[in-house]
Amino acid sequence: MTNHLDIDALLNDPDTRIIVCCGSGGVGKTTTAAALALRAAEAGRRTVVLTIDPARRLAQSMGLTELDNVPREVKGVTAENGGELHAMMLDMKRTFDEVVLAHTAADRAEEIFANPFYQAMSSSFSGTQEYMAMEKLGQLRATGEWDLIVVDTPPSRSALDFLDAPQRLSRFLDGRMLRLLLTPARQGGRGVLKVVSASFSFFSRTITKIIGAQLLTDLSGFVAALDSMFGSFRERAQQTYDLLKTSGTAFVVVAAPEPDAIREASYFAERLSQEQMPLAGLVLNRVHRTGVETLTADRSLAAAERLEAEGTSPATASALRLHAELVNIEARERRIAARFTSTHPAVPIAEVPAQPEDVHDLAGLRTVGAALAEQG
Amino acid sequence: MLGRYARKVRQASKGWPSARLHIVTGKGGTGKTTVSAALALALAAGGKRTLLIEVEGRQGFAQLFDVSPLPYSDRKVAVAPRGGEVRALAVDAEQALLEYLDMFYKLGRAGKALKKLGAIDFATTIAPGMRDVLLTGKVKEAVTRVENGRRVYDAVVLDAPPTGRVGRFLNVTAQVASLARVGPVKSQSDGVMAVLRSPMTAVHLVTLLEEMPVQEVSDTIAELIDSGLPVGSVIVNAVRTPALAAKVTGPELRRGLAAAGLATDKETIRGLLDESSAYGLRVQLEDRLRAELTELGRPMLELPFLPEGVDLGGLYKLADTFCAAGVHAP
Repeated sequence: MTNHLDIDALLNDPDTRIIVCCGSGGVGKTTTAAALALRAAEAGRRTVVLTIDPARRLAQSMGLTELDNVPREVKGVTAENGGELHAMMLDMKRTFDEVVLAHTAADRAEEIFANPFYQAMSSSFSGTQEYMAMEKLGQLRATGEWDLIVVDTPPSRSALDFLDAPQRLSRFLDGRMLRLLLTPARQGGRGVLKVVSASFSFFSRTITKIIGAQLLTDLSGFVAALDSMFGSFRERAQQTYDLLKTSGTAFVVVAAPEPDAIREASYFAERLSQEQMPLAGLVLNRVHRTGVETLTADRSLAAAERLEAEGTSPATASALRLHAELVNIEARERRIAARFTSTHPAVPIAEVPAQPEDVHDLAGLRTVGAALAEQG
Repeated sequence: MLGRYARKVRQASKGWPSARLHIVTGKGGTGKTTVSAALALALAAGGKRTLLIEVEGRQGFAQLFDVSPLPYSDRKVAVAPRGGEVRALAVDAEQALLEYLDMFYKLGRAGKALKKLGAIDFATTIAPGMRDVLLTGKVKEAVTRVENGRRVYDAVVLDAPPTGRVGRFLNVTAQVASLARVGPVKSQSDGVMAVLRSPMTAVHLVTLLEEMPVQEVSDTIAELIDSGLPVGSVIVNAVRTPALAAKVTGPELRRGLAAAGLATDKETIRGLLDESSAYGLRVQLEDRLRAELTELGRPMLELPFLPEGVDLGGLYKLADTFCAAGVHAP
């Protein structure tokens, strides 16, 4: 039907240095990222997985009990030939602080940390999480100590946010708008800018009326303290963005066989190809597969009805009903997945069967990893 | 089977909140949008009028009801069972801010210029809480809207952000506390909060019988209670009716399949046994999760899994389940 994604070839290729797991919320990105990382580690690669918001039990099983923003070695990994698995959970506030520290003198940094606007922004800004995930990825890569970095992406509405949010945020932080708002007099007075700043001062007056002068004062203090950093936000975001375009990076789009998830996966695949970013393949999670392909839903249901009418073999009748339901679910999932495969026939796919129970330990991750590697 | 169903119905109708604003949240992928739409249909049943609101720019309702993308104004999207209508609205923060500025400052054409400049986007960016205040403000306006001395909507259903973000989204006063201590934004957010915290509102949590969504339900309930927001019901989506009457064994299958005139080869038996045992494990896990949800002590309502997927017909089927459970507009 379609070409299969050879997960082991991808994981074991020494040229694969970064794997980014993208997809819409609730499709199993974190589990997929962790399973890929574990499999790579157990195949002998020194691997780190950067997770964003893992389920509590999964986090515990990987030893991620404290948020200290540095990778910790995961116990219980059975790796020969030097493979190791390290894991970390992103602390976006702390990562932001690190960026500030890297670019400013210590006293300036203290001033920034104390600013209420900075505090609000570094913990609750839309886009901050994506920016910091990218930033952390850049940092991990820069240390050069990892054979492979696997990144989980923040749970956002759209998978595209991972690519776009950092640039939006850095544009904002470096932006002319921010300076205009705070120093309209200095910037105005020339050509087009004059018009712009006329409506702008009106706007900033309006904004001041609505949200009060306090925020603008905080903002203005923030901008002044940040002065030495202007430019560097955009530059850092751009560097990591460029890193994503190099041949050592592989994107894996994760989806479940549901219309919304598949639609998001398609958007994302299109975007990657526009950006000439390397899409390794699609991981289709939680697919249902029947154990008896030769028995159709219709025949199975007819037989169940017959047995029920006769009143014999109720257990077989219910097993047949279950089978018919599974066959229908499988057919429906294939139809939905075809929306992706028919528009992106060249993208290889790996499927993970729906697990009867949720994954929350290394054994479970190993099962998922094995399923990913299995050729259909 | 019937007894169980009747019990469920009684339970829900007893506990169903007589709210006017129904806020629907849940972990991503649990079917919030579908559940919101079905709930709006059920609440409109019997000649009522309800409004569905989405705030995340997904145009999920347009897709569900198979209509063209929703504009920033209410539009009829469906007819409810036994008369009644469902209208829908996609709220956009930029438009809401312009509308709001216009209300207070008579912007006129200047608003368009500001928008062109990207200034609106900028304003909602520098004050992240602002966006949510604007969105929830629009929701409040719809809930309390009166025309000719009568409420325009008997009920409003909000397809809210997912559980991870909903606490912050709804806790608007806390959000703007750092932005504005006085002024129109402050009074606006106080007004919104008063509605959100009143018995007029119920926040419903959608989940699947899977571990993470269930965990998020209990985390979110705690968070909502902390913020003084009224918790409504727990809605369990996509529930499969246990088909397995008894444990199936190989010999039993062989007999049964033969009696039904089907093949009894090893592969068939093995395959059916595997299917049954995987399903049995799943059912056990689901029962455990169902028990955890029951312990939360909230009215609980189960919606059936739709094997054909959610189309318009499926939506009405889910609405019927709500109606049968006694869900109705105040």
